[in-house]
Amino acid sequence: MNHSLNEHTLKAFDGDLITLRGLIAEIGGRAEKAVEGAMTALTNTDHDLARQVVEGDKRIDALEEQIDRMVIQTIALRAPMADDLRELVAALKISGVVERIGDYAKNIAKRVLLIDPAQQIDAARLLPAMADATRQLVDDAFTAFAKRDADLAVAVCAQDKTVDDFYNSIFRALIAHMIDNPEHVGAGTHLLFIAKNLERIGDHATNVSEMVYFAVTGHSMNERERGDDALAPDSD
Amino acid sequence: MLDNMATATTKPKMSARDVKVFYGPKEAIKGVSIDIDMDNVVAFIGPSGCGKSTFLRTLNRMNDTSPSARGEGDFTLDGENIYSSSMDVVQLRARVGMVFQKPNPFPKSIYDNVAYGPRIHGLAPNKAELDQIVENSLVRAGLWTEVKDRLSDSGTALSGGQQQRLCIARAIAVDPEVILMDEPCSALDPIATAKIEELIHELRGRYAIVIVTHNMQQAARVSQKTAFFHLGTMVEYGDTSDIFTNPREERTRDYITGRYG
Repeated sequence: MNHSLNEHTLKAFDGDLITLRGLIAEIGGRAEKAVEGAMTALTNTDHDLARQVVEGDKRIDALEEQIDRMVIQTIALRAPMADDLRELVAALKISGVVERIGDYAKNIAKRVLLIDPAQQIDAARLLPAMADATRQLVDDAFTAFAKRDADLAVAVCAQDKTVDDFYNSIFRALIAHMIDNPEHVGAGTHLLFIAKNLERIGDHATNVSEMVYFAVTGHSMNERERGDDALAPDSD
Repeated sequence: MLDNMATATTKPKMSARDVKVFYGPKEAIKGVSIDIDMDNVVAFIGPSGCGKSTFLRTLNRMNDTSPSARGEGDFTLDGENIYSSSMDVVQLRARVGMVFQKPNPFPKSIYDNVAYGPRIHGLAPNKAELDQIVENSLVRAGLWTEVKDRLSDSGTALSGGQQQRLCIARAIAVDPEVILMDEPCSALDPIATAKIEELIHELRGRYAIVIVTHNMQQAARVSQKTAFFHLGTMVEYGDTSDIFTNPREERTRDYITGRYG
């Protein structure tokens, strides 16, 4: 369905939806930047950048509140139906998911400030590649939202397996490394949690995509095949 | 899901097959087919002039009173053709009652408004039974407690919402099988509207109910099935929950989301 073909008779409703789409694009962009910044801070041991990411999360939280308020107000005042209703529900859920992505990025940034830079751990060398793959997922999920692209949303969910595979291999490598090098358990644990955070961000990118798919098609995406995550079962 | 099963397993109360209605040369209804059952309140929605009221009025032959109107197609009530020459139209309208947009109580007492139908149809052999029919009808219409101490007051002295419930009681009194409502709340305030809507919920299952409404929120609130009419055709008919969250047809979607120019 193409939204731009037919405008609402009530133009102010279109204005509300355009504003809301802008806010979703902004919160998505900020979350993606936060993930990128946190991982750059890790790679370069850049504490200033890490602190900026921590600080920037407040703006993401504020945007989430703003989006939630606007969705509730729009539902109350415009009584949306069909794809309008689905889009608003999706926006509400997406804002919550993106706020979590921001929290994971902030958590990564906080860990950057705690890791002893002297403890270089080769077992974590896949982390930057994992971060790239994760950031791309987030980027694609929001592109799918902006373009109402159900196919791209499906592709994001399929791509999440790549991130899961990264996680499983980093997990194994880090555990093996810590067994052999008990003095690295401090830094190793931080890196393990960073990998786990990236894996969760990937899951949330798929959640965004599932909401996009629902908003565009009116159907829920079929249960996608999940990557082998048996080593660290998810709580959700 | 349950709604679908109910439809699949219940014999339709009324069926229309390829029904066409002409006003002179103008084709107002262009071949509509629909099944109406006892378990689901059906809402007809659509812009003004789409044919939804015209189609509603064919269900109890109200269009017979319009000399230029002419109909085609099959229309059955319990499998019986309602347009056959053997069909008694007065009897049909007792079986298929109607409630109109503007409350139209007779200028008679509340009691006589409700008793009118049972009297002319000879449904009550004595006063005691007539009293019982009047009371039952007013109870079912949710009006009894408000009027039981002033049944001899004029029906026209009631508030608009009470008058409309009186009209529903009047329709119920002849023990109909189907109740047609043509914009029954458009002249009422929100509280009176809510009472009628609650009443519709309570009457569901006992009568087949079809309601024409301009208010889509009302269609969403009271019906289990919704039919969208446009330019004399029925564009889409389905579960109300599907119509309002994920309509199949672009025209339905444009209408319910407010995109019609």
